[in-house]
Amino acid sequence: MNTARPRLVVVQILVMALFITLFARLWYLQIASGEAYQAQAVDNAIEDVVVQPQRGLIVDAMGRSLAASRMSWVVTVDRTELGELAAARRRAVLHRLADVVDLSYRAVLVRTKLCGEPGAQPPPRCWNGSPYASVPVAEDVSQAVAISIQEQGEDFPGVSAEQQSVRSYPHPFGVNAAHLLGYLTPITADEYEHAQAEQDSSLNAASLVGRSGLERAYDRYLRGVPGSTGVAVDSMGRAVGAGSAFAATPGQTLVTSIDARVQAIVESELRYAIHTARQTVDTVTGRPYEASSGAAVVLDPRTGRVIASASYPTYDPDVWVGGISDADLQHLYAKKAGEPLLSRPTQAQLSPGSTWKPFMASGALSNGFRRDTELNCSSSFLVGNRAFTNFESGSHGYIGFDQALQLSCNTFFYQVGYELWQRAGGEDRGARADAVLADMAKAFGFGKPTGIDLPAEAGGRIADPRWKLAYWRSTKDYYCDVAKEPGSDYLHVFAREFCLEGYRFGAADAVNFVIGQGDTVVTPLQLAVGYSALANGGIVYAPRVAKAVVGPDGNLIRRIPPERLGRLPMSRRDLRYIDTALLGTAKVGTMAWKMGEFPLDEVRIRSKTGTAEVYGKQTTSWVATYDRNYVVVMMVEQGGTGSGTSGDSIRRIWEALYGIDGMDVNTAEAAIPGAKPPRALPTFHPDGSIEAPILRIDQRETRRRVEAGP
Amino acid sequence: MALMSATRTVPAAPQRTATPPTWRRLDWWLLACVALLCAAGCLLVWSATSRREDLTGGESSAYLTKQVVNIVIGVIVGALVALTNHRWVRIWAPVIYVGSIVGLALIFAPGVGATINGSHSWLLVGGFSIQPAEFAKLGVIVGMALVLAERAEGRLRPHLRDTDLIPALAIAAVPAVLIVAQPDLGTLMVLGATVFGIIALSGARKRWLVGLLVVGVGAVVLAFAVGLLEHYQLLRFQSFTDPSLDPRGAGYNTIQSRIAIGNGGLLGQGLFSGSQTQSGFVPEQHTDFVFTVAGEELGLIGAGAIVGLFALLLWRALWIARDADDLFGRLAAVGVACWFGFQAFQNIGMCLGIMPVTGVPLPLVSYGGTSMFASLMAVGLLQNVHLRTDRRLGLGIVIRSRLQRSRF
Repeated sequence: MNTARPRLVVVQILVMALFITLFARLWYLQIASGEAYQAQAVDNAIEDVVVQPQRGLIVDAMGRSLAASRMSWVVTVDRTELGELAAARRRAVLHRLADVVDLSYRAVLVRTKLCGEPGAQPPPRCWNGSPYASVPVAEDVSQAVAISIQEQGEDFPGVSAEQQSVRSYPHPFGVNAAHLLGYLTPITADEYEHAQAEQDSSLNAASLVGRSGLERAYDRYLRGVPGSTGVAVDSMGRAVGAGSAFAATPGQTLVTSIDARVQAIVESELRYAIHTARQTVDTVTGRPYEASSGAAVVLDPRTGRVIASASYPTYDPDVWVGGISDADLQHLYAKKAGEPLLSRPTQAQLSPGSTWKPFMASGALSNGFRRDTELNCSSSFLVGNRAFTNFESGSHGYIGFDQALQLSCNTFFYQVGYELWQRAGGEDRGARADAVLADMAKAFGFGKPTGIDLPAEAGGRIADPRWKLAYWRSTKDYYCDVAKEPGSDYLHVFAREFCLEGYRFGAADAVNFVIGQGDTVVTPLQLAVGYSALANGGIVYAPRVAKAVVGPDGNLIRRIPPERLGRLPMSRRDLRYIDTALLGTAKVGTMAWKMGEFPLDEVRIRSKTGTAEVYGKQTTSWVATYDRNYVVVMMVEQGGTGSGTSGDSIRRIWEALYGIDGMDVNTAEAAIPGAKPPRALPTFHPDGSIEAPILRIDQRETRRRVEAGP
Repeated sequence: MALMSATRTVPAAPQRTATPPTWRRLDWWLLACVALLCAAGCLLVWSATSRREDLTGGESSAYLTKQVVNIVIGVIVGALVALTNHRWVRIWAPVIYVGSIVGLALIFAPGVGATINGSHSWLLVGGFSIQPAEFAKLGVIVGMALVLAERAEGRLRPHLRDTDLIPALAIAAVPAVLIVAQPDLGTLMVLGATVFGIIALSGARKRWLVGLLVVGVGAVVLAFAVGLLEHYQLLRFQSFTDPSLDPRGAGYNTIQSRIAIGNGGLLGQGLFSGSQTQSGFVPEQHTDFVFTVAGEELGLIGAGAIVGLFALLLWRALWIARDADDLFGRLAAVGVACWFGFQAFQNIGMCLGIMPVTGVPLPLVSYGGTSMFASLMAVGLLQNVHLRTDRRLGLGIVIRSRLQRSRF
């Protein structure tokens, strides 16, 4: 304890030293260098006015702009300033504003309400952004309106008109690509708080954020960094002149592998196929086909890059620009309109029907069946006491896998499925049974998302024994309850059977599985990836839409390489055998009636059609085709037969891909001149112009200049 | 023997003269400092917020009113602490300590914890936000003082045993770990300084003090080396050494607060008239950066006066520690002095650009309920220790604390 006093004195001296330091520093800041700081303070009286960056371009493989930016006038309201006005004056200002921007007073009032405050409507009608940001009330107004608001500032307290960069869609060749591109909506208050906590300077309270498609997947490249124009203000915040400014950094350009010409052709052919189907009477139901929706995908099988991807029904991406209206938003979600917001290529999940068979043939050949195996393609096949028939009950005698694929013989594949099921233990083994065919389907990429660089992709489902047991476990409580109720209608009968036996992967499940019927569902993109693997010798890719990110100055920032997911576990010979068999479909098989007078010897199209039955609905039409350079898949929901509905459209897409006129193939006239997707990137010049990559066309090199985005 | 005879003469004294009333025995110098600092804080907070409609919601004196309410509540709580019998203070010490630990732990419970400015250090209870770390400082001070006093008193040894320090350090370690997890770097630094001060004045051996210093410096070096610090904390430290690294981000506070203070000059721009303050250039100006308001609007005279008031307050606090009867009182007073001293230095130093930006409030001045309550309770504790010190004895603390062991 005798140390306490001296130590206390040390503490006292230390404390006093610290405070003398503070005082000295205070003197230094305020007196010694006070003048310098006072000068900075004058300079500092500058109010930041945020300047939104121009969002990056999205261009196709040839450098054509799919999504660009343009300047637009936007009228905003400062809620704080408006809130200071007396109620009557506030109403008068909003009435005046509503008149000028041609909206109802109510619409303007609703727009200025903060989500969650009394009287606010649900999003997106209310303001979901920062409470302190200016609320955009009317966007894309004419310059005359903007100028009149600016000039009569005293009549419009709290209201301002500013120029803002918004998305524009140049629609080269009339492309739509709404689902690929995606859309933007204002940042939410939560996102803004998060960005602030992360010190993310690329977002501010008035930023727009990508919500779907490429706009979302590559948002951080496209969005850029906001700048500010410094407006010098006096201590009361009155503007007295322009001061220093931080320039906004424009967003980076996203180069995609989409080809606008191919995309436009695919979109219009999908539309054509659907409109034609709607005028064709379905012989089964006696009604015209509903053809409610459809998808078409073109991939480059050598790289897994997406060249075109169309979804029907679609919508104009411009509806999102400047804030979507209520009616437009409801339309996008409307069942009646076919839910145009859904991106069918990645989100529609349907039974693949006979387009499934090449994958099953691959599985069979890798598991005991031989390339010279011959089975009877009879008109029906008996499983227990139930006859599984061929399509239209045709019979073709003893045939091999090649003819079975070309003719799409169901009974042939029933026998394959039944035998493999028995070999795995039949009824006895349950969920642990080997499912060699399901394993092969998994190897082709089915049953999980392909990993494309687009958000919200569906994964499909492989209805193998394991899935069946899991499904039974998750639903048996419901069905067993239903089973206890009296009743003999379909639901009750089914419920009783399901409650007792639903976990069992029976013979009927096995034979349904092998022809792509039943509970197995795939997305059109998954099917295209599967056929790509057949086309490229067995490599499964995660497809990529984006090829590269390029800076606003034209420098390459990042390449986006295709991602190899794996190689098929099957022999090259088997693969070649199936490839050759599918070549025959267009010559002698199910596709032949649509491919007459087509130069099949030069453009060697492999194809497989599919007509999948859907309980309570009309059949799904599928066509999958490919050669070494392209994979083309088309699907029409409730659209009839594969070749019947999509055959003509598929043929015209191939004609465009190779510049075919009659029996002449002129690849210089092809949609992608040279008929090979370019590997090189477009060149981005500092003046903003974009030069297409060099293409190989008949050994000649041609340079073509495409128009740059605005 | 002289000492012994002195003690023998003493007991008669209290019987002869009546004890003066409590209010006369209070340390009025200390109270005057506290009152002036609180009053200055009110004015500064008012000036910083009167034009910030985004904060006040249109009513210019909203923050003034809230701060006055904070002070009134704080004064009541502080008075209770000051007037409580010192035995009861020792009984309450574990309660305060455990309470603050529970508060710190609750932060991590979903639904009650909240993140403000990157730090997960707030409790939201019934619409109020509480910072348990503020109470934790007080809890650690009384907790350590109690443990060390219990161990040391009753022994006739000049030094604490080394093993006596272990439980005291453990008392500090529990809240320190919770504060690191928030993470609240500023509070951790203040806590470190306070713990060091208490250990130093407890009579621990020099090698312990050197060891603690080495461990502290080592921990800081390690934190930098293994990237334990959050990104924003690193940025703050880097922009402390060079604010121009990120003038719009982490360096912004540093630059803006220096400009505001430099703009004040000798006499200041006048209350409610500082161009930087009134335009809201300095972030968090009513809480962590409240000193910049004084710097700009009151100039060297006003800001210097605040520094002077803190110096006087600390002088009195250390004086109370020197005079204290027993080890508990002395360590408690030293703890409060180290807390106020280091936190004030850290806060003002941060505004002046000689300390890195860490979010600690200026005691008694910054806006904020929890900080004000805890600070005024600490002032109450100082007064309590002071009231217990019987000046008329005129004996050295060493002898007295050995003779009258305040055990119970």
